[in-house]
Amino acid sequence: MLYVVIVFLGLSILLYVLMGGADFGAGIVEMTSPAKIRDRVRAITYQTIGPIWEANHMWLIITIVILFVGFPSIYTMLSVHLHIPLVLLLIGIIGRGTAFVFRHYDAVKDDMQRIYNLIFTYSSFVTPLFLGLIFGATVSGNINPDAANFYDSFIHPWFNFFSFSIGLFTVAICGFLAAVFLVGETMEKELKSYLVKRSRIFMIVTVLAGGLVFLAAEVEGIDLVSLLVQEPMTLSILLLATLALVFLWFQIEKGNRKLSRALSGFVVSAILIAFGYHYFPDIIITQSGENLSVFNSSATGKPIETLAWALLIGSLFILPSLFYLLFSFQRSKVVE
Amino acid sequence: MEDLFAARSQMALSLGFHIIFACIGMVMPFFMATSHYKYLKTGNPLYKDLTKAWSKGVAIFFVTGAVSGTMLSFELGLLWPKFMLHAGPIFGMPFSLEGTAFFIEAIALGFFLYGWGIFKPWFHWFTGVVVGISGLASGILVVAANGWMNSPSGFDYVNGEYLNIDPIQALFNDAWFSQALHMTLAAFTATGFAVAGIHAYMMLKKKNIEFHRKAFRIALIFGGIAALLQPISGDISAKDVAIRQPAKLAAMEAHFKTEKGASLIIGGIPDEEAKEVNYALKIPGALSFLAHGDFESEVIGLDQFPEENHPPVMVTHFAFQIMVGLGMVMMGLALLFFLSNWKKKEWLKENWFLWLFALATPLGFIAVEAGWTVTEVGRQPWIIYEILKTKDAVTPIPGIAYSFYLFSAIYISLALVVTFLLIRQIKAVPESLKEANAESPKPFIANT
Repeated sequence: MLYVVIVFLGLSILLYVLMGGADFGAGIVEMTSPAKIRDRVRAITYQTIGPIWEANHMWLIITIVILFVGFPSIYTMLSVHLHIPLVLLLIGIIGRGTAFVFRHYDAVKDDMQRIYNLIFTYSSFVTPLFLGLIFGATVSGNINPDAANFYDSFIHPWFNFFSFSIGLFTVAICGFLAAVFLVGETMEKELKSYLVKRSRIFMIVTVLAGGLVFLAAEVEGIDLVSLLVQEPMTLSILLLATLALVFLWFQIEKGNRKLSRALSGFVVSAILIAFGYHYFPDIIITQSGENLSVFNSSATGKPIETLAWALLIGSLFILPSLFYLLFSFQRSKVVE
Repeated sequence: MEDLFAARSQMALSLGFHIIFACIGMVMPFFMATSHYKYLKTGNPLYKDLTKAWSKGVAIFFVTGAVSGTMLSFELGLLWPKFMLHAGPIFGMPFSLEGTAFFIEAIALGFFLYGWGIFKPWFHWFTGVVVGISGLASGILVVAANGWMNSPSGFDYVNGEYLNIDPIQALFNDAWFSQALHMTLAAFTATGFAVAGIHAYMMLKKKNIEFHRKAFRIALIFGGIAALLQPISGDISAKDVAIRQPAKLAAMEAHFKTEKGASLIIGGIPDEEAKEVNYALKIPGALSFLAHGDFESEVIGLDQFPEENHPPVMVTHFAFQIMVGLGMVMMGLALLFFLSNWKKKEWLKENWFLWLFALATPLGFIAVEAGWTVTEVGRQPWIIYEILKTKDAVTPIPGIAYSFYLFSAIYISLALVVTFLLIRQIKAVPESLKEANAESPKPFIANT
């Protein structure tokens, strides 16, 4: 049953990166758009993510619950040593969710809108930055449970080049997902060609940020290159992702929105799977090398069994209704 | 500020904030569904306007509840890592189920809020009901997890280790039912009175009286019935606490000395040094009766517990008195409302009657906060009752005071913004009435 829980953990993270990521990305695209086009980006963003944004972020809650029920020592170690970035992440989550809803449900549309927009766009950038940073920190090997001083215990684990590079990479991925997704949401010619250009810019940024991650890993002495040179599996997954990206570059203009979205989703999933495969089964790489893995840090016996059943039964309810939600609002837009 | 105190303050603030939004988020959908049902049955557009007006409020409250709930799932670890390390696998069952319920709620809310004119009317109505039911389920599950902290079960505690864990037994701990029942009724009472109070005030302002009267009635029927049932649930809780957590009951009642035929203490100022209560009204034998159903039975006092395991008596006692007092007031108001419906319909139009309810707007939520204080402060010094102390669970990271200041600033600003938005929504209703009367062909777009 532990494997069921591990699969759900991986799946929740993947779906959060894809759905939550595209959701954050919409704010990033809005933020980086020139003022004259920003209002129109905002309008299609609302139409696109309005009904589903809340559900997109539920994957984070599922991830957290799986961690604290199934892998309590991982959850607590992250909570203690990454306390500061987690708090910053929370501030981003609050700011983004509330600003997004408030700006649409404020009964009077006045100057407050500018404040909501500001909070929404900045927190759309900051939240995935810290999310990526936290992810980077867990595998950076800087967490030290025996550290004696404040800096080594609570700052150094996340305040390093590698963690920040993963943070930036995450931001780039989010912007990329959103830009490609939004292309398919508009029929307006000018906006569409703008978003196609944006998508290509984010593709370049994603590739550059990916390079930065490898550079940072080299600078910090983290072995990431082995992912490319020693593991044929991860190498081929990443090569496929690159091919898909090249294909997407040319295909996006032709406007088959389903294909474009599938390709962008594939690129991001492939990157995540390659990283996951590289680190599996470890979740937290510690300084001492006594890593916390999904095997050595899991709860055992009944807690894992009941968690697995709860997830299986829960997904019977969640997945069909979620698909129906996505399907309904996509269809309703096509009809319009 | 000491780290433990800062962590406790931050947790209290976070939960105290979240509880309001959680209550509204789980109860308002039922009001909406009722109004929506009446619209579908009668075709009266006022009910449609009401459903829409309420749903905008719900969207604002739901998102605030959702983000503050997300924060709590992190804060449990950020502030109490040693608690979560052991408790996570044991009381995780309600949380994993709650994850599903919350997810369903978010999905159903997407259908409901954005579904006007897209789905068949009864399917659309049904999604609103699903929002309510899954919200209610979430609330009950979270309270069940809290029940486990008060009445830990589903494991054997041997030499500091948690063995033979059974999460299902932990979910159905001895406290879950009485706490969940009490909290659910409290949510309906508090939300019902708050919503009714606001609409009563709008009637006093002579704005769209017919609209507000319909809203007032729906909210008070729910809130009033819950307020009338609450004393029964309170009695179940009191008898339950008397057996499971005698120290908590003793602190609630400022009952220092174990005795037979114990008096019920109403009001008064507990003196924790001298172990006595000054200026209180004492009803002989009544506490024994309330706790065990017998005027002569023995009620355990704080003297049976070592001093270091006493909960803070003053806070618990005052909070308890406030909760019970306000509960009584709302029960009286509920009786008045049902009486007026039955015999004195003209009261519904009179100013004194409306003022009574307008003034009662915050009472339910004050009672909810007070009740929450009773259950949490009354459990101290334990985080898991008689297993783990709060001070042993706190995070090792220093400087929690800064985190507390930061979170206080966030919650205060959020509370201000939500209030500001709510005032704007309430003021805007007349305009949307006009808009809705000139029904546009695409309500989905018009709504944005």
